[in-house]
Amino acid sequence: MLVAEKNSLTEEIEKMVEKHGATRAALMPVLQDIQRNHKYVSEFAQQEVARLLNIHPVEVYSVITFYSFLNSEPRGRNIVRLCQTITCDLIGKEIVAKAIERELGVKFGETTKDNRITLEFANCLGMCDQGPAMLVNDKVYTKLTPEKAVEILNKVK
Amino acid sequence: MENKKIKREGAVIFSEYKRGDSINKLKEISRDDVLFELKESGLKGRGGAGFPTSTKWMLTAAAKSDKKYIICNADEGEPGTFKDRVLLTDYPELVFDGMVVGGFTIGAKEGIVYLRGEYEYMLADLELYLNNMRKDNLLGNNIAGIDGFNFDIRIQLGSGAYVCGEETALIESLEGHRGEARNRPPFPVNTGFMGHPTSVNNVETLSAVTHIVLKGGSWFRQYGTNKSTGSKLFSVSGDCEKPGVYELPWGTTISELLEKVEAKDTKAVQVGGASGICLNKEQFSRTLGYEDIATGGSIIVFNKDRDMIHVLKNFMEFFVEESCGQCTPCRIGNTKLLEGVEMIEKGEFTFRYINELKELGKTMQVASKCGLGQSSPNSFISILNNFSEEIFNQGNGGTNGK
Amino acid sequence: MENKDTSRAPVSQKSHVVEKPEHPEYIGGSISVEINEKKVSVPLGTTILEACRENKIHIPTLCHHDDLCVSGVCRICLVEVEGMRTLQASCAFPITAPIKIKTTTQAVRKARRHIIDLMLSEHCGECYACVRNNNCELQSLAKEYGVDSFTFGHISEPRYEIDNSSFSIIRNSDKCILCKRCVRTCIDLQEVGVLESVNRGDKTMISTFMDKPLSDVICINCGQCINRCPTGALQANDPSDQIWRDIEDPAKHVVIQTAPSPRAAIGEEFGLPAGHSMTKELNTALKRIGFDGVFDTNTTADLTIFEEGTELILRLYKALVEKDESVALPQFTSCSPGWVKYLEHFYPEYTDNLSTAKSPQQMFGALFKTFYADKIGVDPKDIVSVAVMPCSAKKFECNRPEMDDSGWKDVDYGLTTREMAKMIKEAGIHLPEMPPSNFDSPFGEASGAGLIFGATGGVMEAAIRSVVEFVTGNKIEDIFEKANVIPVRGFEGIKYAELPLGDVVGPVPGILQKLVPNWDWLKGATLKVAVVHGTANAKKVMDDIKAGGKFSQCHFIEFMACPGGCIGGGGQPIPTNEEIRMKRVEAIYAEDESLEMRKAHDNPNVVRLYEEFLTDGPCGHLSHKLLHTEYTKRGKYIA
Repeated sequence: MLVAEKNSLTEEIEKMVEKHGATRAALMPVLQDIQRNHKYVSEFAQQEVARLLNIHPVEVYSVITFYSFLNSEPRGRNIVRLCQTITCDLIGKEIVAKAIERELGVKFGETTKDNRITLEFANCLGMCDQGPAMLVNDKVYTKLTPEKAVEILNKVK
Repeated sequence: MENKKIKREGAVIFSEYKRGDSINKLKEISRDDVLFELKESGLKGRGGAGFPTSTKWMLTAAAKSDKKYIICNADEGEPGTFKDRVLLTDYPELVFDGMVVGGFTIGAKEGIVYLRGEYEYMLADLELYLNNMRKDNLLGNNIAGIDGFNFDIRIQLGSGAYVCGEETALIESLEGHRGEARNRPPFPVNTGFMGHPTSVNNVETLSAVTHIVLKGGSWFRQYGTNKSTGSKLFSVSGDCEKPGVYELPWGTTISELLEKVEAKDTKAVQVGGASGICLNKEQFSRTLGYEDIATGGSIIVFNKDRDMIHVLKNFMEFFVEESCGQCTPCRIGNTKLLEGVEMIEKGEFTFRYINELKELGKTMQVASKCGLGQSSPNSFISILNNFSEEIFNQGNGGTNGK
Repeated sequence: MENKDTSRAPVSQKSHVVEKPEHPEYIGGSISVEINEKKVSVPLGTTILEACRENKIHIPTLCHHDDLCVSGVCRICLVEVEGMRTLQASCAFPITAPIKIKTTTQAVRKARRHIIDLMLSEHCGECYACVRNNNCELQSLAKEYGVDSFTFGHISEPRYEIDNSSFSIIRNSDKCILCKRCVRTCIDLQEVGVLESVNRGDKTMISTFMDKPLSDVICINCGQCINRCPTGALQANDPSDQIWRDIEDPAKHVVIQTAPSPRAAIGEEFGLPAGHSMTKELNTALKRIGFDGVFDTNTTADLTIFEEGTELILRLYKALVEKDESVALPQFTSCSPGWVKYLEHFYPEYTDNLSTAKSPQQMFGALFKTFYADKIGVDPKDIVSVAVMPCSAKKFECNRPEMDDSGWKDVDYGLTTREMAKMIKEAGIHLPEMPPSNFDSPFGEASGAGLIFGATGGVMEAAIRSVVEFVTGNKIEDIFEKANVIPVRGFEGIKYAELPLGDVVGPVPGILQKLVPNWDWLKGATLKVAVVHGTANAKKVMDDIKAGGKFSQCHFIEFMACPGGCIGGGGQPIPTNEEIRMKRVEAIYAEDESLEMRKAHDNPNVVRLYEEFLTDGPCGHLSHKLLHTEYTKRGKYIA
């Protein structure tokens, strides 16, 4: 990372810490903000968070790896999470997943070459009455068909 | 996205309510009155554990501390549960007013909503709603003109971890840790968020409180049964014509519910989500309620074409991923149960080993550190027991791949 | 340890701490419970585990460790409590009501057996190919519960790569049972913060920041995690194969130095109870193994007192008389390599406060390949120098690139007490049966001052014995009975003492006359010192110094990375707990008291060294070249 990039990231994290407080209890909101802006929390960012909250970097890493929606490795600009839990599974998650994979040319767990989309499975999204469901970043889409899912993803920038 | 504000029918939760009514009621009544009505109502926690709400609030109110917290557990993650989503999107007044009542009763100045990360899309609307409450003096200082009653609510997001629905794991997460359940005792009512007395209540519980404070404990009691007072929200999904959230009095039978949601050719009903139990046809006369099947309200319907081993595998995969991984029985136990399911799927098992796994399941139920590992074997044991004919004797077991 | 519940311990890992009443005999102070139908009375807040132990009822444990905060994750200590639906972890359950406990019901035994079976199913590795064979808590449990087959299978292929990047510590996650003792040791007991749980569910494992190798993170190599690991998931990096090879090689002259702490503990590896000093038996064993020279690290500990004490006097002189404000005070001891690396990482701005004097191990290394080589007429390239240390960090220390002032690698191998015991056993020797023998010349015997370096407070005591006599001209025995400097002894995490030097000063001893003209400037002065052990305590003191608190006014502070000092080092026999550490310390103090020579400056071998070799005296030119070092401002950032 370039020095200028590092400095601006530091500044950004400092602002988040200012907003949420320089305590361990602010860790989740701070990490969520970084994840939202950058789609992952880089090694440098983790150490900055640790420094500002006065905890150990490994504690930050430990927390990130615990939660499905926090990442320590780079992701695409958009993260798509298709629900894989029971009712979505019964109602057609598999064919939706296959259609998406075909269309984007990558498998779940991977990121498109243009870095546009990372595909992931998620556990129950709480949309069981309207499955299959998926999240595109923080937006939820329900009653998916293969066609509809692909159409939604094609609009994602 | 779902449609805005569908008019839903229900005797208690979905009965008429206008924002602020129960908060304004606090002008006339004391903390003790609230606790009395709650006790009278017989309300039990709606998340699934069924702990009496009045007791929880009484203990938190009685605990000595300069700070106390009320936390709304909106980490609805149990597969097949989505009632809290409906309450938060369509009935936020019930949830937030209930939190204000809770703050008043236990003596908390701060309420925290732990909203699951999957529901982040609601965040902006909820924040707006809270802001309006502040404008109308339903939050903030001297709420509703009650001298010295200061209380506010903030929302903190989860980040995709089912186990954070367990109240001590939730508190750990709020404090910036991994969502690993704490040792109990101490209970949060004594040592909760940041070590202070804390009441963690489910979204639906708080919504019920809102009505009870206004309409009285005995009004609530008239619904349901003796031991299971009031009504319950059921999240119904799976093989039925009308999935959705239903408010039904406790005591409703499975068959009655199936009829209501227009389920046909039903073979199995999973009550309580992945951590609940799976019933076969012979058991559909059983009733929903603390007397028989206590539940957080997740109902998943399976019709005759569903492969129960496939269903069970989905559940066990869920638990293997969602176990926090700290205690031995849950971390390794669930992987062993999943391996067992895969053995059955491939037809490479012995009955002796499967029986050993059922025994392991029973150990997990009593030996795991928190509710996750204590309940994850439920589906394993109940599906293998209640559908043994299909799984082991009708050619499915062993040739399940077909 | 007195600070089981520091802020760092995750709350989930703590039990309900019910303060135990001061007077359990008063009404309400104790509570009557039933254990296996026997009524007993225990102080309020006692855990079920403690209550059972008190009443001689054995409860198996794994994640529990006497030094650490409660965890409650392994679940092996489950018991039945009447009226509760689930079994309770006895280690984490404080008794606050008159409960009825059953410890061996069918349900309890079945659950424990299942838990052992589950652990074994994921525990990869065979017992006979493991460093912890016969000293493994998982193995013992399996035996206790009569495990004769693997109910839930047994993994045979390793899933993880072994991390042997570190000079000191090897991590093998395949043997890890996730009891998190290492995590609690690293984050909570030591406040270093290298190890934590990562991932979730079945992917959970213990790892480092971004899963980096240990050599790349801020590990201080203290090895406290090794001492508390119930299995072989953590072990020291063992160089004994190379040492055997060198011993066999007729061209090599292999010398070994033994530190005081291994001698006070190695008996435990041979079945003796803690607290048996085996100094002279060890000498014989080492000679029989084939070492060409067996020497006492206490010799260079005495030398350290000369060098480090002189350095302190010089610093004080510069600060007080020459009013040089750039002098860094308080001076910190530098003999604990774990502490040194801790400071380099966490307080790099204070490296100037570290005494530049090398540790006794490294001083000896430099002397072996210069003075000694010359003396016995062996080419230093053919000398292999080995050090038996209670320490895993010493392995890192001897591999620091700057430690080559003799022109060669000063110390070739650092060997732990455990590894030494293994070599002795391999040689077919039962240590306790060895006849006693002395250390070899030219270094011979050393003083008790060097010996007590092994205990927390020992370096300080040794320094005080010399400095006080140097400055006041009085005998230390006139101030402290039997020369036992009690104020700096004991296991309290942080000790502070003030030592008025009085108005009478003596003549400056010859060896120091070149450095200071007289002691008048110390008339009426009070020496302020502190003794700190365990890096968690070091952190408290360093933060106080940073904030300009009481400890910033100290002149000299002894820091040891490990709880209890070197006797609790990461290379010492396993298990460890405060009682064991106390016994080892007692053994060291007893040996010290039995010696004629108890002050560093009385050691004739060291005095001769200054006469014959280091002729420009302590902190002189040659000393500086061979016996002093420099430090690296490492910082916390992990690249």
